[in-house]
Amino acid sequence: MTSPPSADPPASREGVKFYQVGSFAAGNRLLDPALRTVQADERRANSLTSGHRACQGCGEALGARYTLDAVMRATGGQMVAVNATGCLEVFSTPFPETSWRVPWLHSLFGNAPAVATGVAAALRAQGRTDVRVVAQAGDGGTVDIGFGCLSGMFERNDDVLFVCYDNEAYMNTGVQRSSATPPAARTATTEAVGPQPGNPFGQGKNLPLLAIAHDIPYVATATVADLHDLEAKVERAMAVRGARYLHVLVPCPLGWGSAPRDTVRLARLAKETGLFPVLEAEHGEVVRVSRIRHRQPVEEYLRPQGRYAHLFTASGAPARPDLIGGLQRIADRNVRRFGLLDGGDDEDQGRGSGDRAPAGADPAGASPRSPTGAG
Amino acid sequence: MSRARRLPEPTRPLPPAAPAGNGAHPTLTLVQGNEACARGALAAGCRFFAGYPISPSSEIAELMARELPGCGGVFLQMEDEMASLGAVLGASLGGARAMTATSGPGFSLMQEHLGYASLAEIPCVVVDVMRGGPSTGLPTLPAQGDVMQAQWGSHGDRAAVVLAPGGVAEMLELTRVAFELAERLRTPVVVLADEVIAHMREGMRLPDASQAPPPPRPGPAQPPGPAFAPYRPNAAGVAELPAFGRGYRFHVTGLMHDERGRPTSDPVVAAALLDRLERKVAPAVDLVPADTYRLADARVVLVAYGITARIARAAVDALRDQGVPAGLWRPRLLWPVPEQAMAQALAGAELVVVAEMNRGQWAREVDRVLGPGVPSAPCLKAGGSVITAEELTQHVLGARARTVAP
Repeated sequence: MTSPPSADPPASREGVKFYQVGSFAAGNRLLDPALRTVQADERRANSLTSGHRACQGCGEALGARYTLDAVMRATGGQMVAVNATGCLEVFSTPFPETSWRVPWLHSLFGNAPAVATGVAAALRAQGRTDVRVVAQAGDGGTVDIGFGCLSGMFERNDDVLFVCYDNEAYMNTGVQRSSATPPAARTATTEAVGPQPGNPFGQGKNLPLLAIAHDIPYVATATVADLHDLEAKVERAMAVRGARYLHVLVPCPLGWGSAPRDTVRLARLAKETGLFPVLEAEHGEVVRVSRIRHRQPVEEYLRPQGRYAHLFTASGAPARPDLIGGLQRIADRNVRRFGLLDGGDDEDQGRGSGDRAPAGADPAGASPRSPTGAG
Repeated sequence: MSRARRLPEPTRPLPPAAPAGNGAHPTLTLVQGNEACARGALAAGCRFFAGYPISPSSEIAELMARELPGCGGVFLQMEDEMASLGAVLGASLGGARAMTATSGPGFSLMQEHLGYASLAEIPCVVVDVMRGGPSTGLPTLPAQGDVMQAQWGSHGDRAAVVLAPGGVAEMLELTRVAFELAERLRTPVVVLADEVIAHMREGMRLPDASQAPPPPRPGPAQPPGPAFAPYRPNAAGVAELPAFGRGYRFHVTGLMHDERGRPTSDPVVAAALLDRLERKVAPAVDLVPADTYRLADARVVLVAYGITARIARAAVDALRDQGVPAGLWRPRLLWPVPEQAMAQALAGAELVVVAEMNRGQWAREVDRVLGPGVPSAPCLKAGGSVITAEELTQHVLGARARTVAP
């Protein structure tokens, strides 16, 4: 219900409307054609159009569309997307499900940051500073196999926005754990057996904090529960040059064992429980966090997910209060660490709606091994 | 010499792979190729697996993740394929029988480690379930395009040992053999399977779960001490591997080295080492003989491995039905190339047809061994689908009409 942010859109953006105006009818078909959203237009200009073969309720498809649409808006469509191997690549590219409406490169699995670096450098060498580069990958391609290249991209401060769509495991190959898989979650390689079922506690990698530790100009986390927040962060990221990192939590009905209709609800609960801190950092310092408005116990987040079914009885009562407690402690720690509950003050530093500056958060000095659920 | 600490032995029998067979075949179990591979590894005493998810090999890792913790072993999921094989090499030097499994793209990432394992003589098993390539290629359609990579993917002159299972039961059997060869020859061994074999399910007899795994490495005959030379070969040309922590002080390096393991750039020493590494794997050709089908009186010989060999059997039958004296020679060891056995088996053939799902990688080896005197007409298909028995039959009939005088 807001209008595109730029006051002076380039000619190529004329006629591209990403927001509903006036009515909530699907695609605004009751409106004058000039006022309709792109979804109502058969020549629609979303970066990722319909027709791909993501699962129902795929958080990654939702996150990727809003992210790249926001990049398109911020750049007037002058952009290149580099995509690592993963679900997003697989469900969006085979003919006839080809869904990208942007210049798009599939790199390999672990090298998307390096390939994006090369694209950005070549554009710069040719004086094409108007064309911006986005690289995107899932959590496996970011935190595991791609981390070496990504750290190099951060270190050189290459002019690339790298987006990690984190669904917390290798979903494309059959739900094996990644180092972004949270503790106690069942995957194909961390079965729910033995005294410590699921993924072990004390492992995992918090990539947003690792990115912040590189002192790059901009790092942010977001979820698909707050798409306007996601878009605002993309906009902010595109307003600066240099290496930028955006980590988006995207629930996966297949791998999480959740109902497709719960994707947005689970993303919201991940934030509202404190398991996934939503924050922004500039040049190595956390500058804003999204406040938890209706705090929920982690149980509410865990119970609807099949990957945590071993923590509950059939009637939904806690079967493993010790493990649920361990996850609650991680959430509590995030709340303390990033000041996720502190409210009210410094409202002017955020964008309103719960965003605020952190109270004494010092993530740069924090241990990257701490499983905060944000990794 | 210090007594080797025994590797952890299974503390519980392996559960059956799948519900037991029906009444007609009470001893057969329906097993998937990847599962058979993992069970072969466990039966061979493999107690360490480090891997990274990749189709079509992930089921091997998944089964190892389930089974290894229960039998005193270790499963590690690593951050990529380089780390996977690195951990396997470390585990092997640490005294465990160790393996990893992957597919083409991951196998490419492992190549530097394979060269290192060859030169530093670190026994291990790498399973490569081939899919269509190059690059991300065709996940997860069948191919046999990693044949040359398995031998020449690493830089330098590497003496590779590469096995090619031709069915689910052989996935199990050749994985066991791979561990045997790796230990005996002190070298990395590659099991080169294909997507069809890996995902296919067949009835087979599983090994007796109560059978104890093979004993741990005996260790070198030389005692520890200042005179110990970790890379001094025995009569078979193999230097026996001590494990770290058994009183032996030794130096492992990816540099060219002398018998003491000390780096050297002496061209004479380096050339002799390369020569020994090649000679020591030569016995593999006798340890893993080829399989044959209706070959005795065959004049038209099909050469195929992996799933293509299964198809070639049907083609042989079809050709025989049409009066063509066809037979199959199925190598189970692709590298080192069993040159003598091949030359013997194919001597006197009036036509040799190598069938493989690539652009002629092993066919060139066959042509090289047989020389220009034997007419050869490879049946090649790359692109993600198997060669059908009908295609192969027609190919042979066509080639025969062109090359064999009526």
